[in-house]
Amino acid sequence: MIRFLFKGLLRDKQRSLMPVIVVFIGAFLTVFLQSWMTGILGDMIDYNARFSTGHLKVMSKAYWERVEQTPNDLSLVNTTPLINDLNKEFPEVEWVSRIRFGGLIDAPDSLGNTRAQGPGVGWGIDLLTPGSMEAERLNIPKSLVQGRLPQKPGEILLSDDFAGKLKVKPGDQVTLVGSTMLGSMAVYNYIVAGTVRFGSQAIDRGAFIADLADVREALDMQDAAGEILGYYRSGAFDKELAAADVAKFMDQHKSDDPYSPVMVSLRDQNGLSQMVDYMDVIISIGIFIFIIAMSLVLWNAGLLGGLRRYGEFGVRLAMGESKGQVYRSLLWESVLIGLIGSVLGTAVSLVLAYWLQKTGIDISGMMKSASMMLPSVFRSQVTPASFYVGFFPGLVATVIGTALAGIGIYKRKTAQLFKELQ
Amino acid sequence: MMKTILTALALMPVMLFGQNPDARQIIDQIDRNMASNTRVFTATMVVHAARGERVMEMKVWSEGNKRSFTEYLSPARDKGTKMLKLQDQLWMFSPSSDRIIQISGHMLRQSVMGSDLSYEDMMDDRKLTDVYNAVVIGPDQVDGRDCWVLELKAKEADAAYQLLKMWIDRERNVPLKEERYAKGGKLLKQTTLSEVKKIQGRWFPTKVVYKDMLKVGDGTEFIINDIQFDAQIPEGVFNKAGLR
Repeated sequence: MIRFLFKGLLRDKQRSLMPVIVVFIGAFLTVFLQSWMTGILGDMIDYNARFSTGHLKVMSKAYWERVEQTPNDLSLVNTTPLINDLNKEFPEVEWVSRIRFGGLIDAPDSLGNTRAQGPGVGWGIDLLTPGSMEAERLNIPKSLVQGRLPQKPGEILLSDDFAGKLKVKPGDQVTLVGSTMLGSMAVYNYIVAGTVRFGSQAIDRGAFIADLADVREALDMQDAAGEILGYYRSGAFDKELAAADVAKFMDQHKSDDPYSPVMVSLRDQNGLSQMVDYMDVIISIGIFIFIIAMSLVLWNAGLLGGLRRYGEFGVRLAMGESKGQVYRSLLWESVLIGLIGSVLGTAVSLVLAYWLQKTGIDISGMMKSASMMLPSVFRSQVTPASFYVGFFPGLVATVIGTALAGIGIYKRKTAQLFKELQ
Repeated sequence: MMKTILTALALMPVMLFGQNPDARQIIDQIDRNMASNTRVFTATMVVHAARGERVMEMKVWSEGNKRSFTEYLSPARDKGTKMLKLQDQLWMFSPSSDRIIQISGHMLRQSVMGSDLSYEDMMDDRKLTDVYNAVVIGPDQVDGRDCWVLELKAKEADAAYQLLKMWIDRERNVPLKEERYAKGGKLLKQTTLSEVKKIQGRWFPTKVVYKDMLKVGDGTEFIINDIQFDAQIPEGVFNKAGLR
């Protein structure tokens, strides 16, 4: 039966080619939209996690209350025992200390006087401890534009744009001017080891990165850290697990002391919770509306296909085929068309989505003055849903459209049949 | 007797016409009392930060409002740090880095050594009457002393503070309190001046407490230990070469 219907479809191009093309386009667009939107949201969350929020973050209560100011005078002190406890209590999480701070990078002339300077945002991260994953986590080796990673204390990385503005290159000396944790003036000389470009305009405008121990020395923050970030070793953020870990930690650290540690999850920071929920809703609504629109198109195609063949149905009924048989064959045909179109549309869309997942689209030209931490290359993301979402408009809508069109078969009157045949 | 006469003269406009005195006149009187060609003083700055207090000692040479040179004497971490202000430019020498660094732009809004004062506050050498329109809004008391309250509204929309309020000691012509407000009316900084002493024939407050209202902590005390007015300052002091 299926083979018979399949042959019929192949031989009658009007019954196969156009409907398959329409289904193909519908499934293709649906899958692509779903993977693209999921990719953008995933990129934004992952980017924030790596650079700013971690999957979990531990800070002092006072620091958390003013976190947007990165107030290092409110940092956690004696972090070694705290990190030991965290490692014991949450072994599935890798804990890393970081210091974020604002400061001025000053480039001297040959006499040691200021030649150029600019404000920037600094990161103190663990670059020199053997086995530290921090450089890879921030994608620093792949972001290097000139020079190399710091290999010893006293070396610094500058964002390539910032280095260009200051007219410094690897090997040159620069001076960090900032505030120590206790408020004194911090003035510390560094040698530029290399320059990096992260692909986020907000960071690339004026970032500098030095080893954590070096920054602690410069800012008088021995064994202190503004933030202790936690990353699940699985690499994936699980909101239920994170919420449970936060609840467990907070239960163990109930205190009114403003310098007592608090833990927050990725969703609690940078407005990510609202953003993720908002984006989730927007994406769901967008995809839903698109599926409905595509479904209407494909439904209509099914209807038209059915109506176009009223003459054929009349002949088949006149030849003695039962209405049920005609109706079922019509449905099976639409299932075949829906399946072929959906499989082809999904397959081609997945190829494109995989390609965009690998290469991405560079939107840095549109983000020259952006202050949000956003990646400037957006990528699509193929998820399990990408493999089936195209079948809703492609298969389900086509079959429903055909089923509705086919109801007409039961309304056919024999007298009218002969009139149509004439 | 003389003091009584002077007070009576100062209050005459109020007694005669029931009006407040002219604000410009009060500001001129403050200038006459406090201004000097040069000042050399040593001071202790106590920063009451969120995590405890820091004490710094410094020696300052200044000429008018345009030129000043500061050398930090303690604590050990800051000892030897020098700052030179010439007109609207500021340089800093840090012995640990052996660098002379110009403080400008964004950095001017930062706090001076973690205190409640910003470099911008320190650099502001314009005359009040050039930047603000001043009016006397009435009498008040600070620590039991009779004061005039001056309200100074910025002439320009881009002034760092849109509104200042100053409480001026009527008898000694020294400010005892100052409040600085943002455009929206939010109090940004509060300054209280006390321990007013007569030095070289002029009344001078030797203790100033600055409080940045947006900052955690209990403010910064600036205590003048000794001060000389109109002292001879060698020209070389106000020279970039003197920083190293």
